[in-house]
Amino acid sequence: MTIERPKADVVIVGLGWAGSVMAEELTRAGLNVVAIERGAWRDTSTDFPPAVDPDELKWHTRRSMLQPMSVETTTFRNNSGQTAAPVRNWNAYQFGWNVGGAGTHWAGMSWRFTPWDFQVATQTAERYGSAKLESLRAEGLHLQDWGVTYEDMEPYYDRFERIAGTSGKAGNIKGQKFEGGNVFEGPRSREYPTPALKDSAWMAKYRETVNGMGYHPFTIPAGNLSQAYVNPLGVTMGPCTYCGFCDFHGCGNFSKSSPQACILPVLMRRPNFTVLTETEVLHGVKHEDGKTLKGVNFVTREGEEGFQEADIVVFTAYQMDNVRLMLLSQVGTQYDPETQTGTIGRNYNYQTCASVSGFFPGAKMNPFVGAGALGVQIDDFNGDNFDHTGLNFIGGAGIMGYSTDGRPIAKMNGLRPGSKRWGSEWKEAYARDYQEAGNIFVQGTSQSTRDAYLSLDPTYKDRHGQPLLRTTFDWNRNDRDMAAYMTAKAKEIMIEAGAEGISTDNQAAESWNPYKQHSSHTIGGAVMGADRSTSALNPYLQSWDCHNLFVVGASAFPNNGGYNPTVTVGALAVRAAQAIHEKYVNNPAPLVEG
Amino acid sequence: MNRREALWSLGALAAGTTTVLAGKSSAAELSGFPAQTAQSADHLTTPVRRGGAMQVLTNETDRKTVTAVFDRLIPADDNGPSASDAGCVDFLDAQLAGDYGSGKALYLQGPLRPENEEMLMGSPQFLTSPRERYETGLKALEAYAQANDNAAFHALSPDRIDEILSGLEAGEIDLGDDVNGQAFFELMLQNAREGYLADPIYGGNKDMAGWKMIGFPGARYDYRPYIDRHNEDLGLTTVSLIPSN
Repeated sequence: MTIERPKADVVIVGLGWAGSVMAEELTRAGLNVVAIERGAWRDTSTDFPPAVDPDELKWHTRRSMLQPMSVETTTFRNNSGQTAAPVRNWNAYQFGWNVGGAGTHWAGMSWRFTPWDFQVATQTAERYGSAKLESLRAEGLHLQDWGVTYEDMEPYYDRFERIAGTSGKAGNIKGQKFEGGNVFEGPRSREYPTPALKDSAWMAKYRETVNGMGYHPFTIPAGNLSQAYVNPLGVTMGPCTYCGFCDFHGCGNFSKSSPQACILPVLMRRPNFTVLTETEVLHGVKHEDGKTLKGVNFVTREGEEGFQEADIVVFTAYQMDNVRLMLLSQVGTQYDPETQTGTIGRNYNYQTCASVSGFFPGAKMNPFVGAGALGVQIDDFNGDNFDHTGLNFIGGAGIMGYSTDGRPIAKMNGLRPGSKRWGSEWKEAYARDYQEAGNIFVQGTSQSTRDAYLSLDPTYKDRHGQPLLRTTFDWNRNDRDMAAYMTAKAKEIMIEAGAEGISTDNQAAESWNPYKQHSSHTIGGAVMGADRSTSALNPYLQSWDCHNLFVVGASAFPNNGGYNPTVTVGALAVRAAQAIHEKYVNNPAPLVEG
Repeated sequence: MNRREALWSLGALAAGTTTVLAGKSSAAELSGFPAQTAQSADHLTTPVRRGGAMQVLTNETDRKTVTAVFDRLIPADDNGPSASDAGCVDFLDAQLAGDYGSGKALYLQGPLRPENEEMLMGSPQFLTSPRERYETGLKALEAYAQANDNAAFHALSPDRIDEILSGLEAGEIDLGDDVNGQAFFELMLQNAREGYLADPIYGGNKDMAGWKMIGFPGARYDYRPYIDRHNEDLGLTTVSLIPSN
């Protein structure tokens, strides 16, 4: 050890969305906080100005803002009978690698989960009978409640939306339904902070089509602001310009909800906050009694090792790294699918997705007019919003017509079926199809199973010699059947819209692999719950095994909703932070008896 | 632990501490808002000069081979110039000379278990960088032409090159033990089209021909005046990050 730092009240590992929310709450409460971030300092005006941002090759194709695999990757296999291999090249995962984390390059789709998503076990039994629940569990599904309900989460959702400035239109305020919003959403306490974004040509077409089919379209709530806004921290944001360079890019316009735009301007000015950049936490270090952590070991970019002592340790890294840090810190017990014991790595899940594309002869969709979260969705088939009686699956999907971007490299294979990918035929096809394409995305729920889990890889190491995290995952029967059903529904919409050259891509139709997927939403592995035998964390995201460790991220979701995870991560971060400064600091002990 | 009696009681950190971050990259302790930041060096793209000296594709035969391939992948026609006329070979050379070419982002640690990795990942995996794959791949293409056609690859007829490319694409042509022909075809196809469609600052897409082909107006900032104008040809002038050479 070469670097011994002064003790902090709290050390935060990873300064993305969860870490920034956590640090803001805790420093405002007077605690001395040190954040340790593997990536570099990056800020809006210097690093993402409009002269740098609209560059597809750098940011999207080469993914220059993402954590490279050479820094850390994962290994992967479909089942325990296989030998996992490292994920060597760019793939589905989009880990952040800068101050701001993945919150800097995300698209901005800003969802609350449905009330059902938090209580899949209880609500499935209530609505369809306990026999249904038991038969799914007998198949290997790990159906369990989160230990919090939507009603519990509502104030924290509200707080995070206010910080982020989310644009949208409410469909349910305190039980009153509003046409044009999402009438299926859980009751909100108030309207969104800023109004909904406008429709692109494709969104207008999609909205009209699904309206005619009797569905309930609404504009996707977005971390792309529709107008100037001042958030509760006093930070001013600007209106989104629909530039179409959003996901994978920074935002030079202070329009995308991100730690840079929403939190860091305030947080960095607080004298009781420090961030160590380009400094990577290796693992937590336990006290002699093994019951709590005394701090974390880290290594700087220059290779100097050090120790940060703290009374409270918070892991707010990406989902994968939260699980890996718990395993490397030897907190809790590795889950074993054979014996069904251990909770770390248990309940790994993903996002069950499909897409449908079609073409509209003579249309001028102008796809370059876009924003990361720009789209119209129906939730008529999401979660448990429809009656599953007689169906052989639970869960569902949001079905969206989206207008995120018109990036030419990314779209170069988005052609009518049968088109060649090279030669004059490709040029002719691309010149014809670029303006005529409409795309529907089906973003579905994901249930955990006995056989899907995370563990440390026995062979492959990171650049510091620590084991990589190993994913064992494939689609389960329930989610495959759900995806097939939803893909058919989405195809019906495309047919109704009058498209030609329709093609579908149901990703759950074949074995999962990281190079084929269209979603970065990797979920679970260190989940929250009221039962310590099936969860790593209690409902305040406090480790059952180590009471001064809190672990915040999508790693905490026992199952995934048919939505992007970020706002739920943000809301859980607010909730955990308030539990720390309102309860834990006054009585450092388990917040829940378990 | 006792709750702090008062906010900001720590005293260890003076408010308004100035931290200088001038485009360097090293571990830093930031207390207070960094007041003298500069743009991170790797965010600013250095323009690629077309027609200059090659950095990687220095072997004349290799350069002619990849030019012949690229110009069949993207030939000159009514929809725009050929790949090489649009600067795609300049683009490739610059890409291979940089972090992309060296595979800086890739995880290249062994062991590589080729069959297992291809089965799990759905495509062959490599421990070699893109630059190394071009070095071996282009030489294998030339050897293939010499062995099968008694001619240099770049001297083959357009139809014959198309035939070879189609065979590679379908996985029906064996380029020897060191080169996966199908994967090399995919790499070349990806890079040729990247060059044609990336910002001209990277050396390809000369005169924004690739963007004009499809109707993409380029590196624009503000479409608020256009979001409500549906199904119109907006007639927008195409723009790049900087005027190209």
